[in-house]
Amino acid sequence: MAKAASGAQRTARRVVQTAIPDFDRLIHEKTRLAIVSALAVNPTLTFNELKAILKTTDGNVSVHTRKLEEANYLTCRKSFQGRMPRTEYSLTAAGRRALERYLNHMEALIRATRRV
Amino acid sequence: MPDALRDHAVDNLRYIRETMERAGSFTSIPGWGGFIIGLTALATTAIAEPLTAWTPRLWLWTWLGEAVLAGSIGAFTMVRKARRAGTLLASGPARRFFISYFAPMVVGAILTAAMVRIGSYEPLPAMWLLLYGTAFVSSGAFSIRVIPILGVCFMILGLAAAFVPLGVGNLLLGAGFGGLHIIFGLIIARSYGG
Repeated sequence: MAKAASGAQRTARRVVQTAIPDFDRLIHEKTRLAIVSALAVNPTLTFNELKAILKTTDGNVSVHTRKLEEANYLTCRKSFQGRMPRTEYSLTAAGRRALERYLNHMEALIRATRRV
Repeated sequence: MPDALRDHAVDNLRYIRETMERAGSFTSIPGWGGFIIGLTALATTAIAEPLTAWTPRLWLWTWLGEAVLAGSIGAFTMVRKARRAGTLLASGPARRFFISYFAPMVVGAILTAAMVRIGSYEPLPAMWLLLYGTAFVSSGAFSIRVIPILGVCFMILGLAAAFVPLGVGNLLLGAGFGGLHIIFGLIIARSYGG
């Protein structure tokens, strides 16, 4: 039963990705979507704060923030607090627009597939 | 297929909303800590009640002792809950929560000293309940949804305490710091992870 449900979810995910032409696949990934969403309600978040919100590993945060940074959705500022390195992320205007577009796509999808 | 697509989109929107709520709120409010504070406040109410007519100064010191005890219990259980959940007490939402929470508390401390100086004890229960309620209403904007409701309940008790003698005011302190802490402490403990 659970296998069938996850299969349907995977199919739905594929259909979402192909059905909408300018769909942003970069933030469709769950961890990246969470990073962008968390930064949408905070001016900045440190690496450790993101890790605590996402309840994930250092490596996972590191990989996904780098991908978002490469797409110019995040900016990263490195500094030192005493002797401890501190990495701070914030959402760029492009990142905020990407999230808004993504939300609009999801809402459009819900409207288009509304049950009668 | 349209149903699966729709469910998937709804799930995604829910995931975004939940992440935003978690990221923008301070959630380490200790439910069990509140429950224990409620119990100590009920004991303080009973101890302080005879003092209201006899020696209001000693009544005041009894409640100040309770405030110190409650603050210690609250701080200890909050740190424990935050550690267990892996949340940071210095995060942006936590800082905003603490600033909004402590501003009315500082006002309360200053006004208490000013009133004691002129020997006016009767308005103290109303003032404490109203300002404690204000602290939760304002800080609740950065925390779990139940916190502003708790604040409003304290303010309603404060309103009632504004028009009664000190003996009844003491009982209303018990209803607030005792009863409300116990009820909301249990709600938070059951619904918000301890």
